[in-house]
Amino acid sequence: MKLLTHNMLTSHVKGVTKGYPLLIKATEVKVNEVDFNPQFVTRMIPKLEWSALVQAAEELGQRQDLPDELVPEYENNEEFLKKVHRVLLEVEVIEGCLRCPESGREFPISRGIPNMLLNEDEV
Amino acid sequence: MKLKELESWLQQVDAFEEPKILLEQYPTSPHIAACMLYTIQNTFNDIEGKLVADLGCGCGVLSIGAAMLAAGLCVGFDIDNDALDIFRRNAEEFEISNVDLVQCDLCSLEAEAHAKKFDTVIMNPPFGTKHNQGMDMKFLWAAITMAKTAVYSLHKTSTREHIQKKANDWGVKMEVIAELRYDLPASYKFHKKKSVDIQVDFLRFSKA
Repeated sequence: MKLLTHNMLTSHVKGVTKGYPLLIKATEVKVNEVDFNPQFVTRMIPKLEWSALVQAAEELGQRQDLPDELVPEYENNEEFLKKVHRVLLEVEVIEGCLRCPESGREFPISRGIPNMLLNEDEV
Repeated sequence: MKLKELESWLQQVDAFEEPKILLEQYPTSPHIAACMLYTIQNTFNDIEGKLVADLGCGCGVLSIGAAMLAAGLCVGFDIDNDALDIFRRNAEEFEISNVDLVQCDLCSLEAEAHAKKFDTVIMNPPFGTKHNQGMDMKFLWAAITMAKTAVYSLHKTSTREHIQKKANDWGVKMEVIAELRYDLPASYKFHKKKSVDIQVDFLRFSKA
């Protein structure tokens, strides 16, 4: 699971009103090289929940010096875009789980795939 | 990349080992997948550098094709663990790093949470026959909610009028890009003939 995907995932357990952002508890994290596409990263940034991304990177020990706030005029700042590219697309959680911030329900991540399926009584 | 080249790559994507009837796991042929993706990129420019979702991705032939056509990232969603496992192995063998996978039930997924997050949604949904009536429309609704620009999907030609009505209700524009013959190999024991051709529409839904 990449952090771009994580940025979009929400817990929908019955009764939960704000199942976002999911906390990450990782036991295995990998960094895989992905081709850098500055236009793509620039286009993704305004769609992100920035604070959720920073928090996720922090939980994985991969934050490096990613700032709390978006930097102004990031579209021309290649160094910044590369950092964002790295946390969005290159850092991957292989094993661990995602925890709903409200209900505490845990969603396992196994071999890189988060399992968001709910039981019948949770829908 | 040329169409023929894409198709020959996609022939190397492994498909379902034991298709599940309830999930209507009919594979998308490499030929159809390549034609779809090639058109989506070359006519509409909706893959390269885009955030793409593949709903009901199965073993991943559409996602892997989209990744090869330089999608920024393609996220495959499927309910079935076995299919996702094959997808993951396919992605490893192709050494593709711009795909990601999520196991979830698209029917109970609150698509609203993903509203307009993806540039493009591609899918070959269950046709909604047999035990699954209406499944195709549930997938389509999720896809239209999640996409910002366009949805590309395959549907039985016999349902075209019904889908057109729904598209009007939902305020999206629908166009028929191609009429295909979907050669459905006899995947299951209850199929008596070796294969059946069914008429399928390749549809594009766009948002204003």
